[in-house]
Amino acid sequence: MALSIRKFDVVIVGAGGSGLRAALELSSAGLKVAVLSKVFPTRSHTVAAQGGVGAALGNMGEDSWQWHMYDTIKGSDWLGDQDAIEFMCRMAPEVVIELEHFGMPFDRNDNGTIYQRPFGGHSANFGEKPVQRSCCAADRTGHAMLHALYQRNVYARTQFFVEWMALDLVRDAEGAVLGVTALEMETGQVVLFHAKATLFATGGGGRIFHSSTNAFINTGDGVGMAARAGIPLEDMEFWQFHPTGVAGAGVLITEGVRGEGGILLNKNGERFMERYAPHVKDLASRDVVSRAMATEIKEGRGAGEHADHILLKLDHLGPEVIDKRLPGIREIAIKFANVDPIKEPIPVVPTCHYQMGGIPTNYRGEVVVPEGGAVPGFYAAGECGCASIHGANRLGTNSLTDLLVMGKSAGMSVLEYLKGQGSHRPLPKDAGENALARLARLDGQQGGEDVNEVRGEIQRTMQAHCGVFRFPDMLAQGVEKIRALEGRMGRTGIKDKSKVFNTARIEALELDNIYETARATMVCAQAREESRGAHDRADFPKRDDEKWLKHSLWYKAGDRLAYKAVNLKPLTVESIEPKARVY
Amino acid sequence: MPVDERERERLRWRSRRGLLELDLVLQRFWAPPGPEIDAAQGRALAKLLAMPDNDLLDLVMDRVPNADPALEQMLVRLKAA
Ligand SMILES: Cc1cc2nc3c(=O)[nH]c(=O)nc-3n(C[C@H](O)[C@H](O)[C@H](O)COP(=O)(O)OP(=O)(O)OC[C@H]3O[C@@H](n4cnc5c(N)ncnc54)[C@H](O)[C@@H]3O)c2cc1C
Repeated sequence: MALSIRKFDVVIVGAGGSGLRAALELSSAGLKVAVLSKVFPTRSHTVAAQGGVGAALGNMGEDSWQWHMYDTIKGSDWLGDQDAIEFMCRMAPEVVIELEHFGMPFDRNDNGTIYQRPFGGHSANFGEKPVQRSCCAADRTGHAMLHALYQRNVYARTQFFVEWMALDLVRDAEGAVLGVTALEMETGQVVLFHAKATLFATGGGGRIFHSSTNAFINTGDGVGMAARAGIPLEDMEFWQFHPTGVAGAGVLITEGVRGEGGILLNKNGERFMERYAPHVKDLASRDVVSRAMATEIKEGRGAGEHADHILLKLDHLGPEVIDKRLPGIREIAIKFANVDPIKEPIPVVPTCHYQMGGIPTNYRGEVVVPEGGAVPGFYAAGECGCASIHGANRLGTNSLTDLLVMGKSAGMSVLEYLKGQGSHRPLPKDAGENALARLARLDGQQGGEDVNEVRGEIQRTMQAHCGVFRFPDMLAQGVEKIRALEGRMGRTGIKDKSKVFNTARIEALELDNIYETARATMVCAQAREESRGAHDRADFPKRDDEKWLKHSLWYKAGDRLAYKAVNLKPLTVESIEPKARVY
Repeated sequence: MPVDERERERLRWRSRRGLLELDLVLQRFWAPPGPEIDAAQGRALAKLLAMPDNDLLDLVMDRVPNADPALEQMLVRLKAA
């Protein structure tokens, strides 16, 4: 297949909050910018964010970026890099105000300032008391953010390539990144986007787990493409889970349900939280509840045909309480769990929510690797990047902050870089061949492995072996299982070979990325012999700063692991030294 | 007349959403052997899929009434999926 080539100054893959923010910085500066997206920009997963965007504006009472920084570092269980965290917390007010000027309809106080909501983990004076720091637009914060940024980009003449799927990175012999190959869904055509700088903003890969709050598009494409191009992935063992997602569906059941008196039962109808947290029981903190649920399932007391979930009972509250205090829960349960909670319990399971790890960058959004530092021409921002701001665990509302700050920062870094660049670096002879070979293999495969089946196998393996609470035997088996899937991955096949809008082909290509993301996660998780933030191991229940205050780096070639130091030195203030993380 | 095969695939891809709830509803709608969609229904579905995710979810979850009679039949099918 002949590759057609299109030239841009910058190609951005991803049109969620981070991609749009970066694009705006670059298009406004007059550059020729292409933004590729699998779906229409405002349908990116950022649309799901409701809780808000965190910034120490101090509109509701005193607040400061230093306190925000402290909360973020503590949230990260000290795995976050303090230079990046300082950078984000200091920039947060500026990017939020900017967004307001871009037309974001934030909720307001009577005096006209942005209203800020309380949110778990946000504190004043270094953990002393709660502070209101989350800025929202009703319950449509993500949606409003995407709309404001998209409109601005249209105005700034960003060129959107909607329903295009990026396939692979293009690098030259020196390792510089020269763009991406991408598939136009409408025609099945593959185009090489040749660029002076390439920025990934592809979002998270939460679909590697069987139970996930993420939309189906979140298949870890950026992470997969980077791994295949020889870039290591950082801290992939860290995924944030929510204790109660509807089993099999992933839709969140708010923790308010337990607050109102809902209780968790195992298959024997036992209220098991009485054993794990005798005083607070079902109201124990997220990690305690998740751990207890995972233990019940691991020990064979899960409910259902496959003994793989827990029951959340609320019928004892009575229909009035359920309808009045927990609006929406009943409709969610009926629609997505097929049960009416007024009569039956809701099947729930700890559910993957957010990817802390990703493509290693510095706070400028430059992709950095141990072999030679910054990769020329390559940038990443948003959930697919790892700066590392969130470390081992993300503080609520910090993802949207990250999108704005890192999107802008990466954009500024690209501008800097391009000042020193002349014309495009020449493409190597074999540019794009890796992607074409992947497509040719898929199209030529006879009687191949079913994509849905292999995906299901990966997701079930991740959920059972590398979920919210991790057991040594399960991890060891998990690594074997994931590695063993490599053969099947190399034989995936599709029946429909047409070129136009071929969903089966797209899903097969996405599966390659799911696999890289899952494999990195499993291998890193088995290796990290401690518990830190969201990585919770039954055999190593404590954080171990002596051995493990370091970032993991996974290389696809040879499943190799390396490590790099955590940066405990902020840019301008004193370091916040590691201490116990208690709330 | 059923909707043309490629238009069908286009609608199917556009059923990939930013909100998981919609992915789930639409996944059920498309579940094998796949829904029968004629040209008029195809147009209605295209219109629904062009809506912002939150608005479409509100319709599908019956949180707001549907104001466009041309969409009603398709909406009923999505709700039943
Ligand atoms: C239910 C839910 C609620 C949340 N609420 C909050 C909240 O209140 N506050 C908060 O801070 N965070 C929240 N988060 C997290 C936050 O929403 C996400 O981390 C964030 O939106 C990710 O944005 P992004 O720009 O990195 O990527 P996304 O918005 O996921 O966008 C990714 C983009 O990349 C494109 N893409 C991906 N792969 C390819 C490819 N191969 N080719 C072309 N394009 C591609 C997609 O089409 C899309 O445009 C929530 C998450 C969930 C699941």
